[in-house]
Amino acid sequence: METPDQIRNRLLSRFPGAAVSLVSNPGPAAQHSLLLDAAHARAIATFLRDDPLLQLDLCSNVTGVDWPDREIVETTRTSTPDPAGGPAKVVEQKTKRLQPGCLEVVYHLYSVALLHGPVVLRLRTGNRSDQVTLPSLTPVWRACEFQEREVFDLFGVVFEDHPDLRRILMWDGFKDHPMRKDYVEPDDYEWEPTPHGDVLAKARKHYPAPAPAAAAKEEPKP
Amino acid sequence: MSFSDPSPLSAAPGASVRAVHDEFHGDLLEVSMGPHHPSTHGVFRMMVTLDGETVVKLKPVFGYLHRNHEKIGENTSYLASMPYTDRLDYLCSMTNNWAYALAVEKLAGQAVPERAEYLRVILAELTRLLNHTCLAGFLLQDCGASGTPLMYAFREREKILDLFESLSGSRMMCNYQRFGGCRVDAPAGWLEAARTLTDGYGRFLDEYETLLTGNEILMARTQGIGRLSAKLAVSAGVTGPLLRAAGVGYDLRKVDGYGFYPRFDFRVPLGAHGDTYDRYMVRVLEMRESIKILQQALRDIPAGPVMDPKAKLRGFRPKPGEVYSRIEGPKGEIGFHLISEGGPNPYRYRVRPPSLINLTILEDLCLGHSIADAVVILGSIDIVLGEVDR
Repeated sequence: METPDQIRNRLLSRFPGAAVSLVSNPGPAAQHSLLLDAAHARAIATFLRDDPLLQLDLCSNVTGVDWPDREIVETTRTSTPDPAGGPAKVVEQKTKRLQPGCLEVVYHLYSVALLHGPVVLRLRTGNRSDQVTLPSLTPVWRACEFQEREVFDLFGVVFEDHPDLRRILMWDGFKDHPMRKDYVEPDDYEWEPTPHGDVLAKARKHYPAPAPAAAAKEEPKP
Repeated sequence: MSFSDPSPLSAAPGASVRAVHDEFHGDLLEVSMGPHHPSTHGVFRMMVTLDGETVVKLKPVFGYLHRNHEKIGENTSYLASMPYTDRLDYLCSMTNNWAYALAVEKLAGQAVPERAEYLRVILAELTRLLNHTCLAGFLLQDCGASGTPLMYAFREREKILDLFESLSGSRMMCNYQRFGGCRVDAPAGWLEAARTLTDGYGRFLDEYETLLTGNEILMARTQGIGRLSAKLAVSAGVTGPLLRAAGVGYDLRKVDGYGFYPRFDFRVPLGAHGDTYDRYMVRVLEMRESIKILQQALRDIPAGPVMDPKAKLRGFRPKPGEVYSRIEGPKGEIGFHLISEGGPNPYRYRVRPPSLINLTILEDLCLGHSIADAVVILGSIDIVLGEVDR
């Protein structure tokens, strides 16, 4: 099979406007992936499926990854030589940089016809709040149907042109996306909330505090 | 809404169904089968729209057993997820263990001793026997043969579970494999007991097949029912015996050659029609091939350690990286996608559940058949809800 780099070069010559970049995997498995831009993703996916050299007809695994905003601290060291000939004076300067987060959808493709794989595709959303729409690849591989629903349910990625985008594992009235890294569990849905922290704030949304008069009335008498 | 390969039976997502509550078409009936229904193999629910007895629309509903296994996996160490994998597909804990152990080994670049590889193959094939035996029993139960075939299957299953228990301490939740090998070596006499079981299993299959394979009722209920085309099967990501029953020769034991499978001589049975009967038959034939693999593995298993001495279980922190690794479970391709950021917990822990993805084609298979056939078709897909809902 072609290496991801060769596939990338072929994709770039076939789709001149597309942005395809190689995401390298430092681990021993070395399964490098191709990061596609959302605008060309479906055309590229169709091409990968139908291309006679690749024939990636089996979309084995679809999954999401949440990358929250990260604060990256970069340390720069400047050393000034001591004019008196002593050890150089080293000044460390720390700069903080905010790396914006995103939601990522990963597709693992194999070929049943040619028995090779995996080719890993990645799509990234603009951010984690309001630009979470990505094209659905269900029209290309039917296997994405339930798995994209799961990514929508657990991560909150909205797939355009998905035939049936509903929650799949959580119930319909559920608000959040539990696989996100910053998800805070509400307290037990059927029991009173613990009286502290994030959990309480979350629980208040579920259980609005009763009016003071009503609360006083309900208080049990000793 | 159209899919890339409109096969005649795959009109499902775009199927134009008359409104159920339309006053002019009051003959359509919407039935909620499950989640508490004996034939749904657990807490699975199908919203079925019926025209008389014929299924015109079927939407599976999931999530009744959801506990967010993946989130639990991200909040615990690599080792602590191993016993949780038992609970995915609770009939096949050994193959779940292996799939997870293999993924972590690939993530960290770990080696496995030879004896452990042989033990893994033996356990995986025993699991396949166990799973397919149970499936045949349950399928017959779904056809209405209440009791007898299932009890025959459970009798044999119990023998395999006894082996698992003497090896790992637990019948079903084995928690046996580790990154870099297996937890303990087989006790004295275990391999001999496994050989005895393997040699006798062919006789059980003969007995079972005498009862079932040529059985007129089974043939009438399953032949031509729920046909799956090869093209739809591949597009829908169907794997395992279902895919092979549709005539596609794709067995990860041959394709990926993980473990020591390339050392063994076995064949991959394929179906010709892709119907429910083929799905039953492919599994019976696979069991016969599994017996062949077991006999070779039990003959060739070398002495030696079962755990890589350099393997580190506690405080295990693989270097940053990512892996997707898959094996051929009895139900299909079970895979794990792991992302490590160098910490003690995986940053991302994803299970690729064969049962869930094989259900993609449930509606396509059931459309146009009667509701009694839908039960049999679901039985032939072979799901375990612990894995579907995770």
